[in-house]
Amino acid sequence: MSYHIVVCGSIVPDPLQTLTPVDGPQGPALKNEMMLPAVLDPWAGHALYEAANLAARHADCRVWLVSLGPKAKLQQVMMAVAQKAPFELVAVDGPASGFTDSFAVAEALAEAIEGIADLDRDKLLLFGGWQSASRGAGSTIQMVAERLGIVDQFQGVDQLNITDNGLEVLERIEGGSWLTSTVQGAPAAFGWATGELPEPPNNPQVGMMNMKTIMPALQKAKPAALGNGFGVNNVSLPQVVRETRVVKDMPVDDIARELVDWIQG
Amino acid sequence: MSILYLAHTDDNGSLPKAALEALTAAQKLAADLGRPLKIGLLGADVQQAAQSIGGCNAEAFFSVSGEAFGPSRYSTDAAACAALCSAAEAGIVIAPATLRLARCLPGTAYRLGGRIDTNITALDAADGQPLPTRWYYRQRMSGQVQRDTQSFSGPWILTLAPGCAAPAECPGQAAPQAVDVPLDGLTRTTVTGVKQPNVDAQTIRPDADLLLVAGAGWTKKQNDGQAHVKEAGELLLDFLGKTKSSLGSSKSLVDLGSEGQDVLDFLTHLHQVGQTGSTPRHPKGLATCCHGEEPHVVGWRFINERRAVNLDAGCGWAHGKADVLYVADAFDVMKKVNELLGK
Ligand SMILES: Cc1cc2nc3c(=O)[nH]c(=O)nc-3n(C[C@H](O)[C@H](O)[C@H](O)COP(=O)(O)OP(=O)(O)OC[C@H]3O[C@@H](n4cnc5c(N)ncnc54)[C@H](O)[C@@H]3O)c2cc1C
Repeated sequence: MSYHIVVCGSIVPDPLQTLTPVDGPQGPALKNEMMLPAVLDPWAGHALYEAANLAARHADCRVWLVSLGPKAKLQQVMMAVAQKAPFELVAVDGPASGFTDSFAVAEALAEAIEGIADLDRDKLLLFGGWQSASRGAGSTIQMVAERLGIVDQFQGVDQLNITDNGLEVLERIEGGSWLTSTVQGAPAAFGWATGELPEPPNNPQVGMMNMKTIMPALQKAKPAALGNGFGVNNVSLPQVVRETRVVKDMPVDDIARELVDWIQG
Repeated sequence: MSILYLAHTDDNGSLPKAALEALTAAQKLAADLGRPLKIGLLGADVQQAAQSIGGCNAEAFFSVSGEAFGPSRYSTDAAACAALCSAAEAGIVIAPATLRLARCLPGTAYRLGGRIDTNITALDAADGQPLPTRWYYRQRMSGQVQRDTQSFSGPWILTLAPGCAAPAECPGQAAPQAVDVPLDGLTRTTVTGVKQPNVDAQTIRPDADLLLVAGAGWTKKQNDGQAHVKEAGELLLDFLGKTKSSLGSSKSLVDLGSEGQDVLDFLTHLHQVGQTGSTPRHPKGLATCCHGEEPHVVGWRFINERRAVNLDAGCGWAHGKADVLYVADAFDVMKKVNELLGK
């Protein structure tokens, strides 16, 4: 069996950056948003690496990365992502902000997927991160899949095995366990958690190959209309700073006693 | 338009705690907006769950039940939730953000022409509409969602994050009206079971009072120039066994496994706390051998009291992230702590 894997994934500010909300003309934004270094949204990244790995192990598979973000920023991030795994980019030009409606984003992504000429929907495995690091809603993949008519869906996926019985899936559930299910085959949708693969090392050859589709895809990127009737207000940073008591030179026995009292108190 | 409270049963047929919390929020919203509250329950058998909240002053109870709706499966869950919304003519839906409902409700909203906002941490009302608060950028900032409900036709679904309201206590008689959901095309997926670490190895305990976080320092070379991974594992497990606390980890520590390093074999990515991990809720948290970098500490948003043990007085915890930082060797400290706990 061959698969057509479409990975939905956008870009987010590098987690090591300090993020400060500001009021912009279109509602809330991040201070210096366009200047902040960005990365591929981590859980979507895991989805991409899992997709590439799956495609490498089965004949005639194809992998597309569908990404909604500001074109210029997408281009920067894709320079790095291109080196990690083979894929064909489908870019949609629009905000990658967390303050957008997942419904509108899902519509834009689904429309882009519907526009992929060679996509065989009977072979479709829709991949994405189970939550973004921006909106963190965990709702986009489900809505994209619904629009594409996919009713077999999985979220918090850590493992996908293709067996003679179908696709065996491990999904995260409460309390540090996984739900195990089997779906007969494609089409199906998977919101990935961490998966099982480390981030692949850079491969300049893969990068060169990818860039052949990435630049034209960016040029062709259509602007997304993200709809209206939605807004996020009163965005604020929580008061995070605690008065830390830094305890130096306290004998270990005393530290241990203090900790035990605290734990049992 | 009514407010529908939607929940599923757990394996024992009762409502999970997060569901009872969401009911409190739904009751309050119904009162604030002066709208009728209706109840929709999903599960193999919902009778016990219905009786546990029968006194919640709902106008009507609906249910989708039967064997096919016992296990958590997107296809049947999404169809069941859509049917319950339609039966209740729901304008607003309040549900707990359990993993089961988090998975299916976005699809339900889409199917009904509705919208969804997830992981709500506070739910107010303003101008006759819900005013939900939620986090953005992985708990870095919060904001309030405003929707023009005229701009879409279906329900506005809101899922409430666990731990944000007191659980409702309102047992009473209830006889839910059964809603039929045809299964055609919904059983291509078979739920085959649950994979969990055996009881001894289960170190994730969501209801524990304390979260113990282990960082990569436990596997690093120590003063004697050697790593002491085995001893680290023993100290941590001994502590967890004695306190029944829950175990969390930094990303660096769980990643070491895939980088082929000597690791603590009881750790998986499920333990990872932070930006790309979990955001657990515990009254107390103790970080050990963990540097307290921002992508890690965003996962501590819902840990109230925080203490850390680190050799480095300049580590992240010292900068307003912990209440107390003990500058000390965690091997020595935890050994002594375990001794005291054993007395
Ligand atoms: C995209 C992205 C996403 C990320 N997501 C996450 C995430 O979800 N969760 C997460 O945790 N991190 C995340 N990170 C990584 C994060 O930035 C840090 O690198 C990581 O948290 C560091 O882990 P650590 O503190 O365990 O290890 P280190 O930084 O290696 O720190 C080890 C600490 O142990 C201390 N130590 C060593 N020996 C002892 C001893 N005997 N006693 C006491 N202290 C000792 C050292 O002083 C040091 O502070 C992410 C990074 C990126 C780029």
